[in-house]
Amino acid sequence: MKNISFLAVGVLFGIIMTKSEAISWFRIHEMFRFESFHMYGIIGTAVVFGAIIIAIMKRTRIKTLRQTMVSYTPMKLSIPRHLLAGSIFGLGWALVGCCPGPMYVLLGHGYWIVGMIILGALLGTFTYGVIRRHLPH
Amino acid sequence: MELITNPQTLLDVVRQPWHWAFSGAMIAFVLFLMTWMGRSFGVSTTFKGACTALGAGRRFEFFKTDLKDEYWRFAFVIGGLLGGVIASQFLSSPEPVAISEATVEGLTQLGISYPEADAQGRGFIPTSVFNFSSLKGILLAVAGGFLVGFGARYGDGCTSGHAISGLSHLQLPSLITVIGFFLGGLLMTHVLMPLLIG
Repeated sequence: MKNISFLAVGVLFGIIMTKSEAISWFRIHEMFRFESFHMYGIIGTAVVFGAIIIAIMKRTRIKTLRQTMVSYTPMKLSIPRHLLAGSIFGLGWALVGCCPGPMYVLLGHGYWIVGMIILGALLGTFTYGVIRRHLPH
Repeated sequence: MELITNPQTLLDVVRQPWHWAFSGAMIAFVLFLMTWMGRSFGVSTTFKGACTALGAGRRFEFFKTDLKDEYWRFAFVIGGLLGGVIASQFLSSPEPVAISEATVEGLTQLGISYPEADAQGRGFIPTSVFNFSSLKGILLAVAGGFLVGFGARYGDGCTSGHAISGLSHLQLPSLITVIGFFLGGLLMTHVLMPLLIG
């Protein structure tokens, strides 16, 4: 069962999200009010370290455990699509105070109301799949 | 934030809220593990997989995917949920989330509970707004979740896929999406939220 290793990384992720307080609605609210450096520090540090790690992995041509090279399939650049999609996501993120990762973690914490947020996310995902032909991409 | 002075055990150290720099480095470590295991770091795609599992692929092309290729994603988020269980049972901080005074003041003006006042919440969710005895709270939760799910699929990624993974791969579409996250987030926080809540 190779998926057990992904389960283990997920457990680590859940603990990190909790202890960093990134699962807190209040931390997200505070971030959008620019009243603390906390969330900017977390995301900034993750991106700086992440970019260095990815660059090293690409430079050293390290093979992944699936015997592939580290690569990224670039998305087609469409400014209207990404700005619009990002803004819709941001409206929801600021309202419910959690993005998809923390939703699962919060459910684990026993916040059953987050089940309603996940239900909404599934409905939103489904709606996109149904009407996507009519949206600018 | 009152840190535990003279921590007795390693567990006491882990129980304290983590510094943002350590937290960020640990998220980068998760990105490394996922990349090294030959997969990407993205959470919102599991919602698409869940729609497929619920049968959406029978009528809509977008959801026609082989679920076997998605098992690792499901394993990751189930792990995230278990991580939440473990953290809440064994690693929870004795103090509520220490947000800034200015934010507490803003929340008080909006009539929203804040961490110190949230008896049951410890500061992860404002229980005065989002609870099962408030129809408005339930509707706001579903509506907000809807926007997150819709926006994530439309932009093909959420915070993990774009803000962490995409930016680490120096992707311009991801940067534009993250700018969008903030445009929407600022509009909600400063303009819409006082109208919706309060």
